[in-house]
Amino acid sequence: MISVEGLTAGPLFGLPLPEVWYGLMFTLLATFLFLDGFDFGAGAIYGLLDTDRQREAVLAAVGPFWDGNEVWLVVFGGALFAAFPAAYAGLFSRHYLLMFAILGALIIRGLAPEMYEQRHDNLWQRAWSVAFVAGSVLAPFFLGVFAGNWLVGNEGSISLIGLVVGVTLTLLTVVSGAAFLRLKAQHDLPPVVSTYGQLAVVGYLLAVVATLAVLAMRLPEGITTLLDPLIIVLVVASIVLAAGYILALRREQNLIALGIAGVMTYGLITVVARIMYPAIDPATGATIRETIVSTLPLNLMTIGAGLLLPLVVVYFAVLYTAFSGPITPEEAY
Amino acid sequence: MDPVIASRAQFALTTMVHIIFPVMSMGLAPFLIYFTWKDIRTGKPVYEQLRRFWTKIFAISFVVGTVTGIVLEFEFGTNFAAFSTAAGELFGGPLAVEGMMAFMLEATFLGIFVFGRDRVGDKLYFISSVAVGLGTWLSAVWILIANSWMQTPRGYELASEGGQTVVHLVDPIAAYLNPRFGYMYVHMQNAAIESVALFMAGVAAYYVFRHHVWGFDHDNIDFWETTLKIALIALLITAPLQAFHGDMYGRHVAETQPQKFAAMEAVWETDSYVPEYIVAAPTNLDSITDPRAKELFGIGIPGGASWLASGGDPTAEITGLNEFDTEAPPVAIVFWAFRAMVGMGFWFILLSFWGGYRWYKGELFEDGLLHKALMGSSLLGIVAVELGWVVTEVGRQPWVIQGVMKTSEGVSPGLTGLEATATFAGFVGLYSALLILYGYVVARIIRNGPPGGDDLRTNREPSPTPESPAVGVADDD
Repeated sequence: MISVEGLTAGPLFGLPLPEVWYGLMFTLLATFLFLDGFDFGAGAIYGLLDTDRQREAVLAAVGPFWDGNEVWLVVFGGALFAAFPAAYAGLFSRHYLLMFAILGALIIRGLAPEMYEQRHDNLWQRAWSVAFVAGSVLAPFFLGVFAGNWLVGNEGSISLIGLVVGVTLTLLTVVSGAAFLRLKAQHDLPPVVSTYGQLAVVGYLLAVVATLAVLAMRLPEGITTLLDPLIIVLVVASIVLAAGYILALRREQNLIALGIAGVMTYGLITVVARIMYPAIDPATGATIRETIVSTLPLNLMTIGAGLLLPLVVVYFAVLYTAFSGPITPEEAY
Repeated sequence: MDPVIASRAQFALTTMVHIIFPVMSMGLAPFLIYFTWKDIRTGKPVYEQLRRFWTKIFAISFVVGTVTGIVLEFEFGTNFAAFSTAAGELFGGPLAVEGMMAFMLEATFLGIFVFGRDRVGDKLYFISSVAVGLGTWLSAVWILIANSWMQTPRGYELASEGGQTVVHLVDPIAAYLNPRFGYMYVHMQNAAIESVALFMAGVAAYYVFRHHVWGFDHDNIDFWETTLKIALIALLITAPLQAFHGDMYGRHVAETQPQKFAAMEAVWETDSYVPEYIVAAPTNLDSITDPRAKELFGIGIPGGASWLASGGDPTAEITGLNEFDTEAPPVAIVFWAFRAMVGMGFWFILLSFWGGYRWYKGELFEDGLLHKALMGSSLLGIVAVELGWVVTEVGRQPWVIQGVMKTSEGVSPGLTGLEATATFAGFVGLYSALLILYGYVVARIIRNGPPGGDDLRTNREPSPTPESPAVGVADDD
């Protein structure tokens, strides 16, 4: 049994815990952006579909998953709060209106599918469809704006870097969403969904280039920050992965396409984390070692996360296994 | 508006709206586990109807609870950055663990529980109902650990870092199992079941009344009769327990937060042999906004408040509000909210005994007055929960962490009045719409009644190969 004294004395197993939690926090964020990302992307594609049947197929496909996927955002926020409280407080209060824009988009997105099925008149369903699409597109966009501002230490809400990262992230969710819908609702949806995915991935690459260009201008060290081997490898890898994604969709290897979209999401967030490190709040210059909580709570949280996150992976495995294969609108409760 | 006022108003609004949904989901959880179990074990249509009907209300409550809950987590950072920076070490941990331990469990298994009946076997389906229910109750553990620590902070020490006071965790067991936690958890979870029991009873009473008293024929009257009986059993257990436990809780508050207790009783001057006013009536308009125990016309139990505070001594002394160095909380809100909550609590006990007696006499479905009383009380459990939280949260003012940090010191330093007012106004609009929509959807579910006929699995011909075969996790049923 580990004693409180032992937990106060030093970091668990001598681990570099500030770095561990920095990595974990971005892993949680990337997991949210991939998993809820395909829900968002599905919501964006929803807006491009023609018939009620097709739209209901999208709602049925995301129905069992989105709530669990969204919890990754809650856990990301909790991890940031618990491990780096000053950074959490500083970031969230400085980007005040942006945070509420994200929340507003998430509320509308979550509510819309529940409301849609309540009534079958046209106006009602059209209104909630608009809400669903708006929430699905705006949530990743505003998150991207926040991430862009965070990365370069911008004080305000609206900025060029925020805009390009917002577009990048939104396009990436469409990449994931198209693969997800091909996997879950292929028979109810037109083949054009695959084209949307392929267009989105090309757009995503262009948006990444734009983001890097703006970053080269905005970062204090300029382009030298971006000439990091890890970042170069990840950017080159995204181009290869994008080609692989297009190929996989064309060959109807939809699970592989979805997996590639996931790898691209983790890659993008790794670039963000790499650029920022060792700062956690570039606006104030605060580093992870300055803002990390003291040893005892950090050790306790590490034990907690170490025990609980593997269980969470099991929950998701059970959920996704139970709903493996296509989901039809008739299954909706 | 001042950023402090706007932030407090916004947090009050967003928590008061949010708490409705966890009350519904935590309160429904044990019923749903029971219905699922009975559905699987007996195969009787009524249990499938009960499971599916109340699952619909659970699902919509859960979704609205999710989206309104994320708002609260964010608000600690956006509006109360100074508090979050100072107390993050003790306060952030429970929120993170809540997400990983509880919210993940409920949100993933909810997908199976709501959408997956035809995809998984009986065993996994039942496990899903338990996982969802357990998740909602574990969620409350961590949220109430965080809240109770602010009421009775323990296991910490204060340090000054960069000119700012920061709270450091030194004894996690003392901090997280602080004296308030147990009282709060029992009171809240029992309140959730009691509130849902009142809601179920009220809805069922409406249909029972129409069928038996007014003579309209309802197809699903079995379903509503069973609902009424199950709700009544739950009410008979939870209503007396809530009052009994509330008495102990009150004594604990008197010991640990004497200023809050004085506000609950509107005792300004330190006094002994203080009566507990069961019925309190203001003698003039000022007494509504500024109640003072000594000036109220009331029917009181002599020495009752002293008895409550001390655990049985009617002559015990209660410290008056004038004795404390800090300003008093808004006494009128705390005093009247406490009275209304306690009054409702006793009414629920009366209602449960009334219903229990009629049932015992075999007249449960004939007493129209009882049905009307139940209908009228269907939402009062939730109202009582709101009032209880008002007593808890308004009563601890001016402190955000009792005796350590004031609420006004916790607000984000850079926040402007314009920003805070803008989002507050936005939430007034958005949450009004949200409540109306939620009420509309729940009313619609109730009006449509339970699923029936061929729609029920239990009425379907058992087929060896279901339409969409369960993949991967099908078990041996």
